[in-house]
Amino acid sequence: MKLGLVIDLDTCVGCHACAVACKQWNTSGTTGPLSDYEPYGKEPSGVWFNRIRHFEVDEYPNNKTINTPMSCMHCEDAACVTVCPTGASYKREEDGIVLVDQSKCMGCNLCSWACPYGARELDEEEGVMKKCTLCVDRIHDQSLPEAERQPACVMTCPSHARHFGDFDDPDSRVSTLVRERGGYSMMPELGYEPTNKYLPPRQRPAAPTVERKAASSGESLIGKWMKRQKDAFNNLGKGAR
Amino acid sequence: MSVLPEFENHDEQTVKMTTCYMCACRCGIKVTMEGEEIRFIQGNPDHPVNKGVLCAKGNAGIMKQKSPAKLTQPLVRKAGTERGDGEFEPISWDKALGLLTERLRKIRSTDPKRLAFFTGRDQMQALTGFWASQFGTINWAAHGGFCSVNMAAGGLYMTGQSFWEFGDPDWDHAKYFMLWGVAEDHASNPIKIGLEKLKRRGAKFVAINPVRTGYQAIADEWVGIRPGTDGLLALSFAHVLLKNEQFDWDFLSRYTNATQLIIDAPGTSQHGLLLRDEEGELQVWNQTDDSVASWTSSSHDNDVHAALFGEYTTAEGVRVKTVMTQLAEKYLSEDYAPEKVAATVGIDSETIERLALEMAHVAFQETITIDTPWTDWTGRRHEKFIGRPVAMHAMRGISAHSNGFQTCRAIHLLQVLLGAVDCPGSHLAKPPFPKHIAPPIKPARAMAPDTPLSSPPLGFPMGPEDLVVDANGEPLRIDKAYSWEAPIANHGMMHMVINNAVKGDPYPIDTLILFMANMSWNSSMNTAEVQDMLREKDEYGDYKLPFIVTSDAFHSEMVNFSDLVLPDTTYLERFDTISMLDRPISEPHAACDSIRQPIIEPDRDVRPWQEVLIDIGSRLEFPALTNPDGTAKYKDYKTFITQWEKSPGIGFLAGWRGENGEKSMVGEPNPDQWQAYQDNGCFFEHHLPPEQRYYRFANKDYLEWSKSVGFNGHSGPIVMELYSEVLQKFRLAGQGLYDGPQPVHEEDKARLVQYFDPLPDWYVPLEEQRVDNDQYPFHAVNQRPMFMYHSWDSQNAWLRQIMAQNYLYMNRQRGLSLGIEDLAWVWVESHHGKIRCQVKLMEGCNPDTLWTWNAIGKQSGAWGLSDDAPESQKGFLMNHLISELLPARDGERGLTNSDPVTGQAAWYDLKVNIYPAAPGETGSYPTFDSVKRLPDMVTAPEVLRYHTHEPVVLERSLQDALNRGHLSSGDKR
Repeated sequence: MKLGLVIDLDTCVGCHACAVACKQWNTSGTTGPLSDYEPYGKEPSGVWFNRIRHFEVDEYPNNKTINTPMSCMHCEDAACVTVCPTGASYKREEDGIVLVDQSKCMGCNLCSWACPYGARELDEEEGVMKKCTLCVDRIHDQSLPEAERQPACVMTCPSHARHFGDFDDPDSRVSTLVRERGGYSMMPELGYEPTNKYLPPRQRPAAPTVERKAASSGESLIGKWMKRQKDAFNNLGKGAR
Repeated sequence: MSVLPEFENHDEQTVKMTTCYMCACRCGIKVTMEGEEIRFIQGNPDHPVNKGVLCAKGNAGIMKQKSPAKLTQPLVRKAGTERGDGEFEPISWDKALGLLTERLRKIRSTDPKRLAFFTGRDQMQALTGFWASQFGTINWAAHGGFCSVNMAAGGLYMTGQSFWEFGDPDWDHAKYFMLWGVAEDHASNPIKIGLEKLKRRGAKFVAINPVRTGYQAIADEWVGIRPGTDGLLALSFAHVLLKNEQFDWDFLSRYTNATQLIIDAPGTSQHGLLLRDEEGELQVWNQTDDSVASWTSSSHDNDVHAALFGEYTTAEGVRVKTVMTQLAEKYLSEDYAPEKVAATVGIDSETIERLALEMAHVAFQETITIDTPWTDWTGRRHEKFIGRPVAMHAMRGISAHSNGFQTCRAIHLLQVLLGAVDCPGSHLAKPPFPKHIAPPIKPARAMAPDTPLSSPPLGFPMGPEDLVVDANGEPLRIDKAYSWEAPIANHGMMHMVINNAVKGDPYPIDTLILFMANMSWNSSMNTAEVQDMLREKDEYGDYKLPFIVTSDAFHSEMVNFSDLVLPDTTYLERFDTISMLDRPISEPHAACDSIRQPIIEPDRDVRPWQEVLIDIGSRLEFPALTNPDGTAKYKDYKTFITQWEKSPGIGFLAGWRGENGEKSMVGEPNPDQWQAYQDNGCFFEHHLPPEQRYYRFANKDYLEWSKSVGFNGHSGPIVMELYSEVLQKFRLAGQGLYDGPQPVHEEDKARLVQYFDPLPDWYVPLEEQRVDNDQYPFHAVNQRPMFMYHSWDSQNAWLRQIMAQNYLYMNRQRGLSLGIEDLAWVWVESHHGKIRCQVKLMEGCNPDTLWTWNAIGKQSGAWGLSDDAPESQKGFLMNHLISELLPARDGERGLTNSDPVTGQAAWYDLKVNIYPAAPGETGSYPTFDSVKRLPDMVTAPEVLRYHTHEPVVLERSLQDALNRGHLSSGDKR
C-alpha cells in the first residue's frame, strides 16, 4: 500500500482550510501538541504540518495566481529518513507513511535540512521534529465512520482540491486522477520519488461565441424588431407563435 | 498491517452538532468534546450549507473559544474616568440590567427615538428588529447599510431575489459563470464547493475584479477592471447583446415588465410612469385590436397579444412606449459601445464584445432542459424547464460603491436579457425568495411613548410618500435612512449614527446600544475622528452621545469606548436561531433553517445577548412579552422562540411544528421543538418537489405554496421590473413634478434627477466626481482574506499566524515607475487624511488600483493581543482615508459618502495618491494609545500547547529499525 495525497491546483483557492484543519486535528493527535510561540504577541509562529504558498506566474496582464499547499510528500526514497542518525525517522513498510518516532528523535534537525519540501518542523518546546502523519491516527481508526477515515485536510477542503488514497491500487481515485489529469510530482529531478502528486490547472479551450452581426444602427434594429413582431402576429393562426 | 495503538478513547468523547459562527456563512458543524475541551470541529456532512466541508475559520473555532480577549463579566466605566480611557470596574448582572432598564424605561415613556439600537455581525435581525419595534424606536438597523444593501435592494426591486442569502448560482448546471468583484465574503464554503463543481464540468469561469486573488486565482479568465466601473461594463455587454439581437424575446414578454407602457408626457406628473387602467391594472399594447389591454390578460392564452416594441397613442391620446423600446433605445446608444467604454473600464473593446457573445452562445446555443412538467401562474402547462446556463454572482465589490445599486441592477438586467433567472443553469432564488416587488412592508415612521411600532423599522418604500421624514421633509431617523438623502436605505445607515448623534443632527439621542459592531474601529469610516466624536462633550461637560452600551464576547476597540459592557457568550455556549423570518440558510431547492445549541458551559459571568434582550424586554413590559397581569410571558429565550407566533402557525423556527412536531413550515407551537432540532443535526429542510424548483416567479405550484407558508402575501406572479416606476417617482419628485411629497433642498433634487434612472444606469462614483483625479489618481479598495472574512476575531491564535500584518498591494510595473520598491514604506493620501503603510508589489492588480486586506490592523492592546503585536504596529486601516461625508461643495449641507439611492456606505469609492516615505520613516501611521487591559482578564500565554489528551505515540519497532535501518533506493521493499 502506498498512501498519499493528490492536490488539485486547478481548484485550490488558497483558503488555508486544510492547513488549519491539520493544525486542529494534530495538536491533539499522535505527535501533538503542535506548539505555538507568542500566540498573542509580536511574532506569532508555531508548528504546522501543512502550509499554503501563493505564487504569481507571468507578468501583468497575463499573470496567473497559483496556490500551492505543501506538506510531507511521503517520498519513496525519503532523504529525511536516510539522514536520520537515530532511526526515529522511518517510512512505514505497510502503507508508506513517513513518520518520526517521537521517543527516538533527538531534535538534531538533520532531516529538516535534508527535506527539499520544507515539510519538517521542529517543536522547540519539546525539542523533537514533527511532520505530517497523513493523519495515521484517523485513517486507520476503525472506530471512526468509514467516510471519516481520511486525513483532516482532505475531509475539510471546501473546493475538493485534496484527495487521499492508495497509489498502489491503479483503480483508486488518486491513481485515476493522476492518470486522467496529468498529475505530477513536485521537483522529481531531486530523485526522492515523492508520493504526493499535484494536478495542473486545467487548460480550458476558448469558449465559442455567437456570430457577430454586421453593425446596424439602433433605430434600424428597433424597426426590424417591430417588423418581426408584426410578422409573427400576422402569422398567428398559421401555426406559429 | 502492524497493530496500531488506540490513539484516543472515543468512549470518553461526546459529539454534538451545532451551527458555526466563525463568519456569516452558517455551516453545520460536528463538535467532538473531551470533557470540557474541544477535541475537533468538523463540517457536518448532512448539512445543506457546507455538506461536510469547513473553511479555515471554522477549523479555528477552538482558538476562538480559548481567546484571552473573552470578556468575563459585566463592566461599567469607572466613575470619574473619561470615555475611551478604558478604566472599567465589574458590576453584577442584576445591577447592570437594573440601571439599563431604568434608563430605557425613561426613554421609552418619553421619547422612544432617543434609544438607537444598531447591530453588527449578528444573525438574528428578526429578533433585534422585533425588540426595537416593541420598544417603539425607529432607530434600529443591522449593519447592512455598510455591508451589502445595494445588492439586496438592487435585486429585490428588480427580480425579487438577489445574491447570497437570496439566491445561488446553479452550480450543478451552469456552463458559464461570471463573478463580479470581491465575493469571498458571501458565502464562504458554498461558493468554494460550487467553483469546483463548475470546473469539474468544464464550465467557463470569468472573474471581473481589479485584483487577482482568492477565487479569481482559479478563474479561466481574469478581467482586471478599474474599480467602480462594473455597471458600465455590464451595460456595454447589454449593448453588444442587443446589437447582435441576442435577447430572450419570450422570457422578456412573459415574465418581466418589458411589454408594459411608459407614459410619454414630459413636464407632467405622469411622465415616465407606467400606464394603468382605472382599476390600477398595468397596461400593454394589444396588437389584436391596436388598443390597450391589461398586462395580466396578455399573459393568458387568448386574443391579447402584447407588443414588446413600439410607440403608440391610446384612444385617450396618451403617448406611450413599451419598456423594451425605451430600454433598447438607451442601451443601443453608442455611449455603451465597447470602443466607447474601453478606456473608462480599463478593458479592451474586443474582450468586452467577445465576453458578451460568449454568454449569448451559452444562453441560446447551449440551452439545457430538465424534463419536468410544470404549470405557470396562468395555468399553462410546460413539458420541461428550459435553462439558459449562464450564472452570475456579485457582492461587496459591486455593493460598496456609490453607484452600486444601479450596478447591481445592470448585472440583473444582463441576466434577464439572457433569460437566465431562476431557470436551470442560471442564478436560482433561495426560499423565501423570490418575493413580490417590493415586499409589502413599509418602514415605520410614527412613534409614541410606551407603544410598539405599528410596522417594522425597516421596509420597502414604493415612492416618496413612504419616506421616513417629517412634514418639512427632514429626516426622522437618527441615521437619516429613508430621507431624501437616501430614500431606499432599506438596511439603515449604521455608518452615520455616531456622526449624526454627536452633531445632534437631526436630533440628539440618549442611549446607543451596539451589538457585535466595532464602530470605534474597522466598521467606521474616519476611525480616528469617530473616536474623538465618542469623547466629545457639550458646554455642560456632558457627553454629546450620553450613554453607550455594548454587547460583545470579546475585548474589541468598541468595548473600550463603552459606558456599560454586557459580555456575550461565544457561539459554542448558547442557543440561537437562524430563522426563516430572517435571512435563513435555505438552498435553492430547499427551505431551511437552523439552530445553535450550547456545546460548552461558560466558565465566566456572561449571558447570551438573546437571553438578555428577552429579559430586558420583559422588565420593560413589552406587550408581546407580557401577560395581562404584568408578569413575563416567556421565561427565557428558548420558550420565546418556540411559543411566539408572528402570525398563526408561523414562528421563528419552521421545522417540527404542531403539538407533536408533526408539521412543517406552518403549525401550532411545539414545546419540544428545540429537542427536535437537536435530534436532527440542528437544522431543518423542506425540499421543494421537482415541479417547484425553477421559474418560481411564475410557477403556480411554487407561488401557491409560498403563500401558504407565509413567504408571500399572494400567489400572483412576480413580474421582474426592468423599468422601475418606484425610481421614476423619486425622479419626478426631484424634478418638482411628483404628485406627492417633494424635496426642499437643491442638493436632494439634483441627486434624485441624476441618479434615479428607472432603467439600470451607470455614473462616475460620487467621490471620484468631486476630487481632483490628477491629485488622487489611484483607486483604493480593500477585502478580507478568506481565512478571516466575516470573522469576528483577528485575535485568533492560529489564523493570525497566517497573517498578522496587512500590506498595501499595487501593480509591480506601476509601483516601480513611481520609485516604489517592494516592501517600501509609503504615504497614502486622500482628500480626507493620510496613512503610512508598507507596500508589496504584485502582478495581478489593475495598474490604477491600490488595495489591502482590511480589518487586520488593530488598536494596540485590544483583542487580547500584546501592545507590540504587528496588527497595531505594522498593520493599518484604510478607514482613516475615508470620510463619512462627501468632499464638501459650497452652499451644500454635508452629504453622506454613500449610494444616493440606498445609503450604502461607499467604502470603495476612495481615491488616493501614493508616494515613498522618507528614509527612516517606518511603521504604520496613525498610531493610537494602547487600550488598557480589563479587570480580571486572563493573561495571554507565551507558548500555547493546546491538546485534549496526552499523545499516544506511535513507536517504531526495534526490529524494523534493525532490519531496515534507513530506507534508501537500494533497500526498498
